[in-house]
Amino acid sequence: MSRKITIEPVTRVEGHGKVTIHLDSEGNVTQTRLHIVEFRGFERFVQGRPYWEAPVLVQRLCGICPVSHHLAAAKALDVIVGAGTGNGLTATGEKMRRLMHYGQMFQSHTLHFFHLVSPDLLFGIDADPAIRNIIGVALKHKDLAVQGVMMRKYGQEVIKATAGKKIHGTGAIPGGINKNLSIEERDLLLNGGDMMNADKMVEWAQGALDFFKGYHKANSDFIDNFAKFPSNHLSLVRKDGALDFYHGVLRSVDFEGNKILHDIDYQGYLDYIAEEVRPWTYMKFPFMKEIGEDNGWYRVGPLARLNTCDFIPSPLAQKEFEIYKAYTNGKPNNICMHTHWARLIEILHSAEIIRDLLNDPDLQGNDLVTKGTKTKEGVGLLEAPRGTLFHHYRINDNDQIEMANLIVSTTNNNEPMNRSVNYVAKNYMTGQKEITEGMMNAVEVSIRAYDPCLSCATHALGKMPLEISLIDSDDNIIDKKKSK
Amino acid sequence: MQLQPKILIYGYGNPGRKDDGLGSVFVDLLKKWLDSERIKNVELENDYQLNIEDALTISEKDLVVFVDASIENIDDYCLTRVEAEDSKIEFSMHAVSASFILDMSNQLYDKDPETYLLHIKGYEWDYKEELTDKATINLNKALNFIKERILDPGSFKDHVIKIKG
Repeated sequence: MSRKITIEPVTRVEGHGKVTIHLDSEGNVTQTRLHIVEFRGFERFVQGRPYWEAPVLVQRLCGICPVSHHLAAAKALDVIVGAGTGNGLTATGEKMRRLMHYGQMFQSHTLHFFHLVSPDLLFGIDADPAIRNIIGVALKHKDLAVQGVMMRKYGQEVIKATAGKKIHGTGAIPGGINKNLSIEERDLLLNGGDMMNADKMVEWAQGALDFFKGYHKANSDFIDNFAKFPSNHLSLVRKDGALDFYHGVLRSVDFEGNKILHDIDYQGYLDYIAEEVRPWTYMKFPFMKEIGEDNGWYRVGPLARLNTCDFIPSPLAQKEFEIYKAYTNGKPNNICMHTHWARLIEILHSAEIIRDLLNDPDLQGNDLVTKGTKTKEGVGLLEAPRGTLFHHYRINDNDQIEMANLIVSTTNNNEPMNRSVNYVAKNYMTGQKEITEGMMNAVEVSIRAYDPCLSCATHALGKMPLEISLIDSDDNIIDKKKSK
Repeated sequence: MQLQPKILIYGYGNPGRKDDGLGSVFVDLLKKWLDSERIKNVELENDYQLNIEDALTISEKDLVVFVDASIENIDDYCLTRVEAEDSKIEFSMHAVSASFILDMSNQLYDKDPETYLLHIKGYEWDYKEELTDKATINLNKALNFIKERILDPGSFKDHVIKIKG
């Protein structure tokens, strides 16, 4: 007997995830599903609005990575205003956007590591939730917790200096940027006191990475084997194969490193990527058309990026990249928990790039906008903290947006996250009749590696984050638990 | 002359999701009043959601009022006292509670500002940049309430209630 799972309307706005685990009569896991709220309806929200409003409007999508949406929209609109596909901006325009984006990567990755991951590592995933949080970190490792706060704040200050303000920034506009970086802003970020300067950020980023490596050495069995499974990997890379979060060509590799997408121009992404709809969830499942729905799914994000790129264009991160790659003998890394390792290398890289950019006099230039011949359609891609982010717009004769298509990073990771949950369910819940705290934590840890962004929109008081249901062979719910 | 307390009013929520923007609109409207009254001891903050660096922000204040939209069982608005309290990490969402921020301020900076949460009842959360009429009425009542408290900061504690489940 099959059971239909319905996501009720309230669930769509609550922004929580729901996991259902089905068991057969002998208690074996037969099916798992992760339901995550998606940006359903947002594409319609921007329809009819003047195209130049899009970079500001789309920031409403997310409180954690508004800059990613801001810049992806601006990149798509660069194409529409005839400013090229990632290579037509002025030096000041492009470098200001890059600084904004790397500031975003730095603050988002930092938040994830210090706030969400470090408690798991410091206390273990089975630890009491009462201590397994950043307050627990503060009590045991105050310096680490303070660093986490200051690094996140530094990233926010970079965003404020480049986007104009912390939220709803207006820095990126179609064809360029609306401000440069003043000498005062530059000096504050470069030399801003003991706790808030670019060198300190590089130092702390290296320290966080060293902390992880030390933990890995002592806990390699867990880190190397938890929720591990092979997958394809997709990301942008710079034309010469370098890691690049802001712009590049689309590359994908399979679990052994064979190229699938060979550095394609993303303006034609629809020729290569499609999205499968499944009846039990509103969130789609992207896949590469060449391989098909069943096997064409892929990971995006830090793990994928370090599998697709050939090198990292900053010295300290490159050194760490070489150590990281050597661990899997140069082959793609398919180890879920190594996503944290990759993310920390990306934090270090971001800190190095921010420091380099701050020393670049082009940021004080006054040539901010490129103008060209307008077209009706444009695609903007970039590497957001959680992975590849697609924005695609078409406008009408009145300069209004008539079509918008967004594929966000968490959607790209939909299938991998479901597979991670399936791994945990099979390993922790087979034969079980109730959901223990340890099982709950294991599910959360497996999903957390992807740093998923939910609808990220409403956070009104009284909302819930994660719910897990255990369902028997007769479709009875035998246990249900919610995160507190 | 008596030293004025350093007050922070911090609205949060997503103005692109109808009544979730109550905290943000609240701060915008309050700014106009503060400017017109030339009140200097009140700072304003506005964000989508609270996050860990806000612990540093509040640690530098004497009195903090967070303002958020609420779906709880309240009529229009209410003020509750925020007590420092830890909470478990979640698999995502990234946002943290006011009590969590206060606890971080205590633990990291040894600061314990007098902290409140102003709950303003909201009703709809779809993608649209406007408040519902009912939420707007609640917003205006809450604004008047806070203006009175700002003029008499010692009175915040006298207007705290407990929300029924």
